[in-house]
Amino acid sequence: MKYLLFLGCAVPYRMPSYEVSARKVLERLGVELEEMPEFNCCGLPIDSVDHDAMMVLAARNLCLAEQKGLDILTLCPGCAGTLRKVNKSLSEDKKLKEHINAILKEIGMQFEGGKIRVLHLIQALSEDVGFDKIKEAVVKPLTDLQVTEHNGCHILRPAKYIGFDDPENPVILKKLIEATGAKCLDYMYETDCCGAPIVGVNDKIPLHLAGDKLRNIKAVNAQALITVCPFCHMMFDINQPRIERLLNEKFAIPVLHYPQLLGLAMGIDPKELSLDELRVDATNITNTK
Amino acid sequence: MSENKSANDVKASRSISMGDIDLTFKYEMSEVPGFEKLRLCFQCGSCTADCPIARFSELYHPRKLMRMTQLGMKNRVIGSEALWLCAACFTCVDHCPQGVDIAGVIRALRNIAVREGVVPQVFRELTNNILTTGYAYKIPEMRHKKRAERGLPDLPKANTGDVAKLFDVLAVSKFAKKEK
Repeated sequence: MKYLLFLGCAVPYRMPSYEVSARKVLERLGVELEEMPEFNCCGLPIDSVDHDAMMVLAARNLCLAEQKGLDILTLCPGCAGTLRKVNKSLSEDKKLKEHINAILKEIGMQFEGGKIRVLHLIQALSEDVGFDKIKEAVVKPLTDLQVTEHNGCHILRPAKYIGFDDPENPVILKKLIEATGAKCLDYMYETDCCGAPIVGVNDKIPLHLAGDKLRNIKAVNAQALITVCPFCHMMFDINQPRIERLLNEKFAIPVLHYPQLLGLAMGIDPKELSLDELRVDATNITNTK
Repeated sequence: MSENKSANDVKASRSISMGDIDLTFKYEMSEVPGFEKLRLCFQCGSCTADCPIARFSELYHPRKLMRMTQLGMKNRVIGSEALWLCAACFTCVDHCPQGVDIAGVIRALRNIAVREGVVPQVFRELTNNILTTGYAYKIPEMRHKKRAERGLPDLPKANTGDVAKLFDVLAVSKFAKKEK
């Protein structure tokens, strides 16, 4: 099993702990990763500036994957959602493909379509690696642990482009968490966005939104929150002290990247999974048997 | 930007005069990706009811933006801070009973706002970063060094020449923040 790793911008910029733990876990599961030969942003951040610019940036990355003949694996749901949507739209809409290819001609590239898949980490784990193989790799089941999950929006929505899991009642990340032996609890407003995409325009609304989610997570006595997105992780982990000050409430909820949780269950040393780099102290998790 | 102030501005200017309305706007836009089904919106309010941002904002109500756009209140919508508060979580898109691509309408309106020069600084910076580095954020040298120390492979290099060519064709380069 081999993928072209599309790392994106936010992971190398702010979330090395996500990359380190994901690479470690994938290696253990026998997944081979090849680095992108060249990189440009997936296009999502400039969809608001120019829709065509988003599509050509995405298509350029898709062309590179087509040339390699490899499926793309991403850690960021934003990249996954964007590349997936453009891959699907251009493959199915001949007129749109001609329009984008006319622009790509300027740089000597052409998108073919229907040749490669784009998968987010949890899709590759659930569909390609499979739950059986993950359960086999678990040597230290985290049976004493009760956690909650937060899916990144773009892993699930819009349903008509993404077609993964049930956006109204997502269960795949929950099943992946339960494969580690931990229990995954439900909580209020579980599928709501974390607010991160508008931080650059208005930071109060996202802090209130993420704070409301943390309050609901605390209400069910979860010992941790599990994320699969660098932006969601930034909101819940890096911004947690800011949210606590703003709302004058104490949460102290450790926020782990899913591969960190899986890595612990695989018996990998917490330091090798960069658990010491989390803003909110997670020693209560690493000490759990 | 202060949300409360803008919300008050909107309240103060609730009355609409015919001069605020561009009757041809919805027809001009009907072919633009995102706008295809806007005219089917019958104002049920599912988008606002299910919007996580609207739960915490007096100002951002997608239903209102859809109505104002249908009515052709172009300038009011383009100049509104609310236009930039959609987090693109796509909950409204999945829930709309009429199949309106609400987030797509908002994106298309933002694209028009950008061409008219109304764009939050953060989008100029993102555009500029992609244009000059290929990455949406300027990744500090320290980060590159740390990758090597912890045994991570070097980050893939960007082909900024290609990005610049594409941005030139689409006339996007001019929206990037001017380098000092």
